[in-house]
Amino acid sequence: MPELLLSLPKLRSRKIDWVEIASSLTVRFFTLVPLLVLLAILGKVFIEGSGRMSWSFLTEAPAEGMTQGGIFPCIFGTAAVTVLMIIMALPLGVGAAIYLVEYGSSSLLVRMIRAAVNNLAGVPSIVFGLFGVGFFILFVGRNIDRALQTGLLFGQPCMLWAAATLSVLTLPVIIVSTEEALNAVPQSHRAASLALGATKWQTIRDVVLPQARGGILTGAILAISRGAGETAPILFTGCAYFLPRLPVVEFLGIPMINPLDQFMELSYHIFIMTTQSINAQATRPIQYATTLVLIVLTFLLNLSAVLLRFYFRKRLGRISL
Amino acid sequence: MPIFQDADSPKEDQNAPREVLLPLGESSLDFQRFITSKKFHFSEWLMEKLLLIAGVSSVLIILLIFIFLFKEAVFFFQTGRLLDLIGKWVYDPWDEKTSFKMMWQAVSEIPKYSLIPLLCGSFLVAIPATIISTILGIGSAVYLSEIASAKTREILKPTLELLAGIPTVVIGFFMLAVAASFLQEIFHTQFRLNAFAGSLGVAITTLPIIVTLSEDALRAVPQELRNASLALGASKWQTIWGTALPAAVSGISASVILGFGRALGETMIVVMATGNAALVTGNIFSSVRTMTANIAAELGSVDRGSEHYYALFVVGAVLFTLTFFLNLSSEIVLNKMRRRLRM
Repeated sequence: MPELLLSLPKLRSRKIDWVEIASSLTVRFFTLVPLLVLLAILGKVFIEGSGRMSWSFLTEAPAEGMTQGGIFPCIFGTAAVTVLMIIMALPLGVGAAIYLVEYGSSSLLVRMIRAAVNNLAGVPSIVFGLFGVGFFILFVGRNIDRALQTGLLFGQPCMLWAAATLSVLTLPVIIVSTEEALNAVPQSHRAASLALGATKWQTIRDVVLPQARGGILTGAILAISRGAGETAPILFTGCAYFLPRLPVVEFLGIPMINPLDQFMELSYHIFIMTTQSINAQATRPIQYATTLVLIVLTFLLNLSAVLLRFYFRKRLGRISL
Repeated sequence: MPIFQDADSPKEDQNAPREVLLPLGESSLDFQRFITSKKFHFSEWLMEKLLLIAGVSSVLIILLIFIFLFKEAVFFFQTGRLLDLIGKWVYDPWDEKTSFKMMWQAVSEIPKYSLIPLLCGSFLVAIPATIISTILGIGSAVYLSEIASAKTREILKPTLELLAGIPTVVIGFFMLAVAASFLQEIFHTQFRLNAFAGSLGVAITTLPIIVTLSEDALRAVPQELRNASLALGASKWQTIWGTALPAAVSGISASVILGFGRALGETMIVVMATGNAALVTGNIFSSVRTMTANIAAELGSVDRGSEHYYALFVVGAVLFTLTFFLNLSSEIVLNKMRRRLRM
């Protein structure tokens, strides 16, 4: 016993353990790497892109073989296609999430849906592009044309099919975040509503969904940001190298987005300007400025999603207390 | 739960509750009629069915992707043979002999559709990318879950999410315009755009996936295990190496498999940064063409129904199958971990 007590201070005395120090320095460094990469990309694009940035760059159409002018048609196209995309994807995704959380027990069907959603999230984006061409344009579009006798209207690349392809791609994003939002609603609120005599759907509509609104909104914003940044699925389903007009049609005297027209898009614009333009080196400033616009757009969307989620989590936490 | 569901299950006669509820007065009778009326049940039933359709739609979409990829891919074999996907015996008038060529050369007198150079390219990009992001990712995950304070984590995790949110075309552009020249100066490579430049770009996109999922796996390890290890006199790092990481190994490997699947499927970065030359090579500093880049580069200029068009769908089907099984195995590993940790 005395020997043990004597040896205790020895145990407690800390030798400098180089392995410990090296390990903790290494993981700190490893964590820094992604941040540095993020900073490098943002910094470079900001520095190079801000030179070409001006109000007219944002509001004018490209001119002189895309070596001059602005990128307004690309911004318009990106906005239009993401709006169409979210109109298609949001009801489907939210509905699927409600079914999974509120109606699905752990049945085989629910497990199948979960597996499908997970797999959908992992399908390469170019495969969605192939699917868009093979299914939406050549199968659905051509068959609509045949049925309506419209010649070649639906059976060709256009904004409608690009948006449909993107909505398939963003579906898992919406489902997963909506599920999370629904699960965060306390079970006791559902029980209270049901105990008051409300039916299941009334409970979902009036009790669960209003509380999950924030989470669903976050998911929608994330989906929009993802859709706005994807290029591969729309390469062959509706993007145009250059269009002299906006994809707008007059409907009952009001100008509307024409979903059956092709469109220009920001990320596709960056892609073709860097790889397929006649003189890629000369148009570098335009490429940087376009990239800056795209980054700022997706960055703001993602940031607002992160902040929204933070805010709603905090508020939900207070409620359930 | 059955108590709450009484309203949806009109098992007994609608008039039956009347006698029971009579003492409670007319208003409660109205209420009873209100919640058991037929019309109401119809909308309940309709909503459930609509939501079911929405839920089933993702299963349907996966099936449709499967059907439409393979349907078009099968047409390739009308004219092509299975051997064509590996290589072709071609007579070379210069050497005056016939040789077995493994090439992807769709636009030529004798079109060749060998998948070997494309597979070569895909793996030459995806494997280094996965290795880089695994090393960095596990390190970051350990830091985030074991060392960082709650406050640091609250700042770092959203930042990682922002990194994940950068469009891939932007990363591709950055690799092409900035990083490629920089890398060429360091490594003195023959090609400015090569598999290594591509794999660095792809690593940026797979890193957030691996960090997030590995961190989740580490945080799922019960705190008692760590406490036990620390109580036995192990140091912090001995606990991390000997207890936390081994307990989370299945979750971490699931994240790596998932990251590898993403790396194989990445398109825009490899189109822009790998040089797009379909070569059979093991040299990481040579230009390569991946399966994804091949589809992206050629699908725009083919006629529907041509052999070339179907060949591209064969490439897509191979890619889809590969990533499908990678996703599946990652899910199986994850489920195993969940079952074990619940015990």
